[in-house]
Amino acid sequence: MGLAKRIIPCLDVNNGRVVKGVNFVSLRDAGDPVEIARSYNEQGADELVFLDITASSDNRDLILHIVEEVAAQVFIPLTVGGGVRKVEDVRRLLNAGADKVSINTSAVMNPALVEEASSRYGSQCIVVAIDAKQIASESPASTYWEVFTHGGRKPTGIDAVDWAKKMQRLGAGEILLTSMDRDGTCSGFDLALTRAISDAIDLPVIASGGVGNLDHLVEGIQQGHADAVLAASIFHYGQYTIQQAKQYLAQHGIEVRL
Amino acid sequence: MNTIAIVDYGMGNLRSVSKALEYVAPSATVMVTSDPAIIRQASRIVVPGQGAMPHCMQALADHGLRQAVLEAAQNKPFLGICLGLQMLFEVSEEGNAQGLGILPGHVQKFRFETTADTGAQKLKVPHMGWNQVHQIADHPLWHEIADDARFYFVHSYFVVANEQGIIAGTTCYPAPFTCAIATGNIFAVQFHPEKSNLAGLTLLRNFTQWMP
Repeated sequence: MGLAKRIIPCLDVNNGRVVKGVNFVSLRDAGDPVEIARSYNEQGADELVFLDITASSDNRDLILHIVEEVAAQVFIPLTVGGGVRKVEDVRRLLNAGADKVSINTSAVMNPALVEEASSRYGSQCIVVAIDAKQIASESPASTYWEVFTHGGRKPTGIDAVDWAKKMQRLGAGEILLTSMDRDGTCSGFDLALTRAISDAIDLPVIASGGVGNLDHLVEGIQQGHADAVLAASIFHYGQYTIQQAKQYLAQHGIEVRL
Repeated sequence: MNTIAIVDYGMGNLRSVSKALEYVAPSATVMVTSDPAIIRQASRIVVPGQGAMPHCMQALADHGLRQAVLEAAQNKPFLGICLGLQMLFEVSEEGNAQGLGILPGHVQKFRFETTADTGAQKLKVPHMGWNQVHQIADHPLWHEIADDARFYFVHSYFVVANEQGIIAGTTCYPAPFTCAIATGNIFAVQFHPEKSNLAGLTLLRNFTQWMP
C-alpha cells in the first residue's frame, strides 16, 4: 500500500458562477461553487480544480471570494487557474486560500514567472498547465505534441515534452496536461502523450481531456502513467460519482483513497 | 482561555491552517501572528511551513521568531506541520540549512533509481497526494483516527530521526519514512492535516484539546 492515485473534478467558473452546469439532484443551486465543492468533497474528491474563465477584468476578483469561501469549508487541496499573469496574481490566490495556482499561457509568454513564483512560494504550489496537440507525421517516430496557449487558440512551436522538462527545471511542482485533440470528445485520454510526459519528468502529472467513462480513468493511470486524473462532464452530469470512479479503479488494482 | 497562535514568518499561505483550526475549535481564539509576545502568551502554538528550508530558517530569523519558537517548543502544546516538522532537526540536505536542532537527526531528499524502460511507473518527487499514516505509538493526537488512515502530503524531503522513540507515525514511499514525531509537548507531522479532510480535522481537534 502507498500513495493513492488522485481523482480531481474540474469546475469552470465564469463571473463567480460554475458553468457547464453541474447536475446533482442534491444541489439547490447548480451554479454555486461553494455548494458544488462541498458536494464533491462529500463524494470523496481528492482535490478540486477551479478554472476561472471570466473574460471581463471587472469580474476577475470574484474568484478570490469563491476561493475564500470554499477554503473555509472544504479541507482538501484546491487548485485555481485561469488568467494568472503576475506573481501578484499568484500571491492573491494563495492568500485567498488556494493551495496551488495553475499557470498556462503566462508560463509560455514569460517563463520567469514560473521561476519567480516557485522560488517565492515554493514549488509545491505552482502547477503548470500544458495544452498540447499532436502534430502527426508519416513516421510515428517523428510524431510530437505542440504546446498551444490562449485556451488552445495559439500554436507556439514548442515541443510539449521539452516544455514539461523546462517547467520542471524552472520550479514547477506539478503538470496539468490536457490533450486538445481529446478534450470534449469523451474518447479517452491521449495515452501516448500522457505517458511521454509522465515518463520524461519527475513531477506528478495530472491527465486531462477526453474522459467519457471509467475505463478511460483506468487507462490514463495504467497506460498513461498519470499520477492523477481530471475530469469534468462525467462527474458534473451525474453520470458517475467520484466514489463510483474510485471503486472502479480499486477493482482494477489501482490504489485510491476510499 | 484556549488561544492558538499560528506562527507567521512569511512562508506561504496560513489561511488553510487557521480556517481548519477555527472550524474544529470554534470557541478557541486562533491567531495568525508574527509577534513573539503573542506567541509567548498563547496557550498553544502551530508552526506551519512551506517552500524551501533555507528560506524558511532565514525568514524565521528575519522575523525575530526563532527564540519564541524555541521557547514554545519547551513549554506549551506545539504542533509542527511540514517544514514545521523538518526545522526541529539539526540539518537539512536542502541547501545544507541548519534547523533549530531541538531533535537529533537530519532531513534528506527522496532519491529513486531511475528505472530503465521496464514499463514500470517511476515514483515522482514531490511525494504528492494521499498516503497512509501508520501509527507507531499511541498518542492523544491519534485519538479517533484509524491506523493507516490517509493524509495529504506534498514534500520532497523527509526527516530521519536519530531517536527511534520519538517516531509516532510512518508512511511508505516506497520505503517507510517518519511522517510524525511525538516527544513531550511536541507533536509534528510531515503531512498537511489542514488539507486532509476528516482525518486531518480530527487530528487538529485533538491538538486543540491536548494536555501534554
